[in-house]
Amino acid sequence: MRFELKRSYWEDIRIFRYRSDFRWYMALVFLLLVLPVFIGDYYISQFNVVFIYSIVSVGMMLLTGFTGQLSLGHVGFFGIGSYTSAILVSKGIPFLLAMPLAGLLAAAIGILVALPAVRLTGMYLAIMTIGFAFIVEEVLARWESLTRGNMGMVVEPPSIGPFEFDSEFSFYYLALLILILSLLAARNILRSPTGRAMISIRDSEVASQAIGVNLMKFKAVAFALSAFFTGIAGSLSAHKLSFISPESFNFLESVKYLAMIIIGGLGSLHGAVLGAAFLLFLPGVIIAVKEYLPHAIASQPGLEPLLMGLVIVLFILFEPMGLYGRWMKVKHYFEFFPLYKKDTFKRVKSYYKAEKH
Amino acid sequence: MVLVEFTQTVITGVSVGCIYALVALGLVILFKATEVFSFVHGEIMMLGAFIAFTCITFFHMSYILSFLAAVFITGLLGIGIERLTVRPLIGEPVFVIAILTIGLGYVFRAFVSMVPQWGTETWGFKTPFSDQYLRSGELVIAQDLVFIIVCTVLLILVLAAFFRFTKAGVALRATSQNQLAAVYMGIGVNKVFTLTWAITAALGGIAGVLVSPLTFVHMYMGLFVIKAFPAAVLGGFSSIPGAIVGGLIIGVAESLSGFYLPEGWKSVTPWIILILILLVRPQGLFGIQEKKKV
Repeated sequence: MRFELKRSYWEDIRIFRYRSDFRWYMALVFLLLVLPVFIGDYYISQFNVVFIYSIVSVGMMLLTGFTGQLSLGHVGFFGIGSYTSAILVSKGIPFLLAMPLAGLLAAAIGILVALPAVRLTGMYLAIMTIGFAFIVEEVLARWESLTRGNMGMVVEPPSIGPFEFDSEFSFYYLALLILILSLLAARNILRSPTGRAMISIRDSEVASQAIGVNLMKFKAVAFALSAFFTGIAGSLSAHKLSFISPESFNFLESVKYLAMIIIGGLGSLHGAVLGAAFLLFLPGVIIAVKEYLPHAIASQPGLEPLLMGLVIVLFILFEPMGLYGRWMKVKHYFEFFPLYKKDTFKRVKSYYKAEKH
Repeated sequence: MVLVEFTQTVITGVSVGCIYALVALGLVILFKATEVFSFVHGEIMMLGAFIAFTCITFFHMSYILSFLAAVFITGLLGIGIERLTVRPLIGEPVFVIAILTIGLGYVFRAFVSMVPQWGTETWGFKTPFSDQYLRSGELVIAQDLVFIIVCTVLLILVLAAFFRFTKAGVALRATSQNQLAAVYMGIGVNKVFTLTWAITAALGGIAGVLVSPLTFVHMYMGLFVIKAFPAAVLGGFSSIPGAIVGGLIIGVAESLSGFYLPEGWKSVTPWIILILILLVRPQGLFGIQEKKKV
């Protein structure tokens, strides 16, 4: 059992809660650094996808998990990031500059989306963001002089100076580096006054307004930050896949993003990564398991969406706090071994809500 | 000639709008009564269409009987969804249940793709109205479209009567005004929830059967009514007339922009209208902004 004694405010907002946490993270990073040496290209590619979507998941988590604003249109930002980076690189701008620019453009458009969005709440916002995703997809498909429309675009592999990240192996380290940077950035944002304001908006808009949080401003900031991360991930994804076309930025993709953070556990950065890893390793696991299934089941094309739907439904029904919530419970059980109380994690239900308009 | 084209486009728009209105109506009733925001309605609609298709094509039942079977089964499905998945979550935040319904949508789509004879292909079935047209001068209107409009009007009248004159309808309205007060007045709110799911799912099923001649029957049919969301939000999400007006606006605007504007506008016009209206009126056309009390 661990006793927490905090003597100053700074101890409460440290990046790593305990010194041991830092060591564990270092061990994890070390493990991830040596991992690709031992696994094949196929698995490295899987990890690359997980890293990219973890960045999206971090962005979604900032907006939905920490600011409480539901977005079903993040695939729009992802698409903007992808296309911006692809077009800039094809015009001869170095990748190292194109990627942040992709993020910044996504963030700028995020602010544009936030303009009407800050006045909306709850599901109104979700519906509006669906509209945003549809509009982006359509613009990408129709602006043929720039995006080559439905024919799609071939994207060059990313390169920094003379070095090209043209193999899965080298791309792995690039994606890992950017994921770690994103996680650190997100963690630091959450420690800062901005992050605290965002969390207070999630917990109660009225209360946070009462203590002087500017709702409009911080909602817009949350949108911009979230869009920035998603745009960066979009840029990475475009260069990894080396081909992009508008239909891969379908609105249903953003359901996947949302599922990642729900499965991971809303309101934790660990959850963001865990959820992305879980959801993206799932197809691989299904393919691996398929060989052992009878042919009639294994040959069904609907197996993957079925499992994805079931996973979402079962998680919400039985583990609404997600994978990270489950991990916390297990950890808690051992920390407080004989004294574990089930109700510690019980969620407060509110039987009368007035979110109607 | 220009006028005839215009009238025909508007009538097509109105009939498509009626479908949006029916689905939006289901969403709005559900949201008003149970505070649940359902993304599964498109899939319920699709299942309704598939059931009618199966009844007509494989069991050779009459159109009316198949229609009733589809409505009945989707209604039962609604009850099933409520009892098994939504009830344990009563009291959770709205968006948690919304995401649950997205998950259910995936499950239903996958289910349809796995059923033999349904699968991933596109099907169609004959209705008593297919290939028949109403003519007046140069104006030619498919009877399918007229049937959609007539059915919607009838359904709206039936629903209005239900809410006004029946005990269950009044209980439903009471629940939608204030759940806690409804419990205190002796209304079985759980039963009302089940009833609401049954009614709204059946509405979805009806919309599915009605829309089949227009969109044909396939597993992605549900995405067709994603535009019921802007319709419902446009009307203000808690207003039943709002849902109908919203559906009609979206349907007509979509149809007109498909005809007069360049390609590509058709699919985004509903969303652009939605965003523009939300910019001016964040609560929708007919919605009432409730101030949150602390």
